[in-house]
Amino acid sequence: MVHVPIIRVADTLIATVQDELLDSDMLALQEDLAATLERSGVGGVLIDLSAAATVDSFLGRLLSDIATGARLMGANTVVVGIQPAVAISLVELGLDLKGVHTALNPERGLAWLLKMNDNRSGSNGRGQH
Amino acid sequence: MSNGTSNNGTSKMEMRVTVSGEGDIVAARQAARQMAIALGFGSVDQSRIATAVSELVRNVVRYANGGRGEVLLHELPSTPRGVGIELVVADDGPGIADLDLALHPGYTTGPGLGMGLPGTRRLMDETTIDSSHGRGTTVTIRKWHR
Ligand SMILES: Nc1ncnc2c1ncn2[C@@H]1O[C@H](COP(=O)(O)OP(=O)(O)OP(=O)(O)O)[C@@H](O)[C@H]1O
Ligand SMILES: [Mg+2]
Repeated sequence: MVHVPIIRVADTLIATVQDELLDSDMLALQEDLAATLERSGVGGVLIDLSAAATVDSFLGRLLSDIATGARLMGANTVVVGIQPAVAISLVELGLDLKGVHTALNPERGLAWLLKMNDNRSGSNGRGQH
Repeated sequence: MSNGTSNNGTSKMEMRVTVSGEGDIVAARQAARQMAIALGFGSVDQSRIATAVSELVRNVVRYANGGRGEVLLHELPSTPRGVGIELVVADDGPGIADLDLALHPGYTTGPGLGMGLPGTRRLMDETTIDSSHGRGTTVTIRKWHR
């Protein structure tokens, strides 16, 4: 078993997925994220896939499930860093990660989360970066 | 899990991964990627091959007797199509009663999305499924590059 650490940065939980992860490691991450969301009450989840060389139907579905679960707990999820080869394979596999917001890199993902949370709280002080 | 790499008489690359649990999904796709790299496949093909193997081995873990099976990875003899890799994923589980149905996107008897087999067919150049009810399942996939 590989434990995927969840790092809290300001209003966001960040998790980095490695290629060697077992299905059960990913299911554990899903539970950890939900528990950490409940404890921390943050508004965003960022999942970094830049180290994941393979994303198959299991991981694809799990990412959708994580995003849906987080949304039900009031948090937005963004998946960042999908490698070009992985994106092509996902399309051919027939997975479009419906309902999962994606961004090219962590910076853009964080900017999107910030924008979403500004909209949610109705403030417009921070704007877009 | 047990892995083996060997050269047969014609010095073609060959590997084997025994499947007995979810850890072997990772082992099989790492072996596939390693061989694809050694055979000169580019990064997109490496990803296609690793993704297809991941789908097929997960099916063995999920649907075969005790989640047991075997993956054989071979380099194919060169042809006008160039260099080829072949992966044979076999189990002696319950088999697939209706192959047409199993290849239909969205068809599943398990917890999945029913994307594994139809997706594998799109990712690879050739996919052959030999299976019938009660006789196990052998899926053979091939990819070529110049
Ligand atoms: N090795 C196998 N032995 C027995 N049945 C199998 C095997 N592989 C696939 N099947 C059957 O074919 C169906 C379709 O397989 P496929 O991989 O396309 O989808 P899935 O495994 O159900 O879902 P997903 O792959 O999207 O998680 C399975 O639900 C199962 O009934
Ligand atoms: Mg499957």
